[in-house]
Amino acid sequence: MRLDLSHIQRWIAPNSRVLDLGCGDGVFLEFLRDQRQVRGTGLEIDQDYITAAISRGLNVVEQNMDEGLSNFPDHSFDTVVLALALQAVNYPDRVLEEMLRIGREGIVTFPNFGHWRCRLMLGIRGHMPVSGFMPYTWYNTPNIHFCTVNDFEDLCRDKGIRILARNMVGNTRRQPILARKWPNLFATTAIYRITR
Amino acid sequence: MLSEIVNSQSVGIVTPQVAYFDEPLQLTCGRALPNYELVYETYGALNTQRSNAVLICHALSGNHHAAGYHSTDTKKAGWWDECIGPGKPIDTNHFFVVSLNNLGGCHGSTGPNTINPSTGKVWGPDFPPMRTTDWVQSQAKLADHLGIDCWAAVIGGSLGGMQAMRWSLEFPERIRHCVVIAAALKLSAQNLAFNEVARQAIESDPDFFSGTYQDHSKVPARGLSLARMIGHITYLSDDAMANKFGRDLQSGSLDRGDNVGAEFQVQSYLRYQGSQFSGNFDANTYILMTRALDYFDLALRYDNDPVAAFRHAQCSFFVVSFSTDWRFSPVRSREIVNALIAADRPVSYAEIEANEGHDAFLMPIPRYLDVFRAYMQRVAETD
Repeated sequence: MRLDLSHIQRWIAPNSRVLDLGCGDGVFLEFLRDQRQVRGTGLEIDQDYITAAISRGLNVVEQNMDEGLSNFPDHSFDTVVLALALQAVNYPDRVLEEMLRIGREGIVTFPNFGHWRCRLMLGIRGHMPVSGFMPYTWYNTPNIHFCTVNDFEDLCRDKGIRILARNMVGNTRRQPILARKWPNLFATTAIYRITR
Repeated sequence: MLSEIVNSQSVGIVTPQVAYFDEPLQLTCGRALPNYELVYETYGALNTQRSNAVLICHALSGNHHAAGYHSTDTKKAGWWDECIGPGKPIDTNHFFVVSLNNLGGCHGSTGPNTINPSTGKVWGPDFPPMRTTDWVQSQAKLADHLGIDCWAAVIGGSLGGMQAMRWSLEFPERIRHCVVIAAALKLSAQNLAFNEVARQAIESDPDFFSGTYQDHSKVPARGLSLARMIGHITYLSDDAMANKFGRDLQSGSLDRGDNVGAEFQVQSYLRYQGSQFSGNFDANTYILMTRALDYFDLALRYDNDPVAAFRHAQCSFFVVSFSTDWRFSPVRSREIVNALIAADRPVSYAEIEANEGHDAFLMPIPRYLDVFRAYMQRVAETD
């Protein structure tokens, strides 16, 4: 399982209801269903992912979250997950607000643009960062709203969003210490559990 | 031809069957049918648990012949042969598929051109008006007749999708999955308008005789043909028509000095469709079917609240729409999906990019077939 997902699955209660925004091929919702007896719904716009997720027996709705989530009632889910998709939406702030309207809690993971490698590439080499983790060139990337750990926490403060917990993923699985101590510099992926 | 049938992913040669029901069927309009017949076909085999049965509900001009061929020398397969057969989305290697001609139809089931037992003459325009609910009730009788307690899935496109949704509310314990393709919770004013023009075309044909044309040994072929032509235009998209015909000429030319006149391909195509249809379809049935479509309003009996309506359902839903369908647009399907989400019912939804307009639901569009197959495999795994 993707590293950010293996972190956040611990925050999801058994038998709860989960909405996964940008659920991909549904592997995470399938895990939650099989291991946590979670009742899940996925949102996705990629047609192959939708077919794959339906094959897994999941409920998947083809819907672009940039066009709003108003069709989901208030507090209709326990947890709303936005895993590595925050940077790809048009209005990240609105999506966060909607997540916490629909769910009691939200879980957000995003690539940290403040990571030292990104800074190095931009600051020293003068190029937009491209890495194994963010393999796109600037003109064809689906990621249109990069932020840093500090930026995200500022936004949460401005919006009155409470951070219940956070976790950081470093460059390697074995070295999370730097990422935890100085996340804005060393975290590749930031993971947040938020609520109102 | 036979080898072609055997080699393809076809259910092969099929023979329609008839179920006779001797008990009266109480109808929404207040009247009752004293007895009735339903003609139907089945494909695949019913398993011993009787848990693999799938009901196909047909659309406005459909009938029981959904898949396979009626004889070795017919070239025309059933209307949904793209989706029903071995290895196809509704896989007859797994499912027992039941497809019937609805009451009021003109292909064998009791309808305007069958005999009214109380008069000994054809029903004609006196045949009682049908509602989607009446069809669902009669389909449930057919399920009883076949020994099917619970459908693995009830599936339909367009008006068929409306029947599938009605099933989920009328018999929530008798349906596990509801597949709703290119449908709507109710018709829009624009849709009602098209249906009215179609009916007016038929009713204004001098050979219609207020529906008693059979007494006069006439067929209102011009009206019926015109009604079909109007319908056909609305089932296609602008792009589909542009791709298929453009401004290509069938005959004549647009050259200066040519006073013979030109005929566009789209003209001759529509005329052909119209005349084919008027030879195979009954005018009173067409009027009856369009009225049933008009009157369908899923939530009417639930204080006009589709969310409250869907709270009665217990099955899982799969909803599909097509991007260029302007008769039953994706917006209409999203209304269904949103009501299901608000009612906390399991739903999956796919919006298929397709050029073919409303007719896309009958077409072999790869993404459509893929996602449909994926959903049906899951139905198969849980039956």
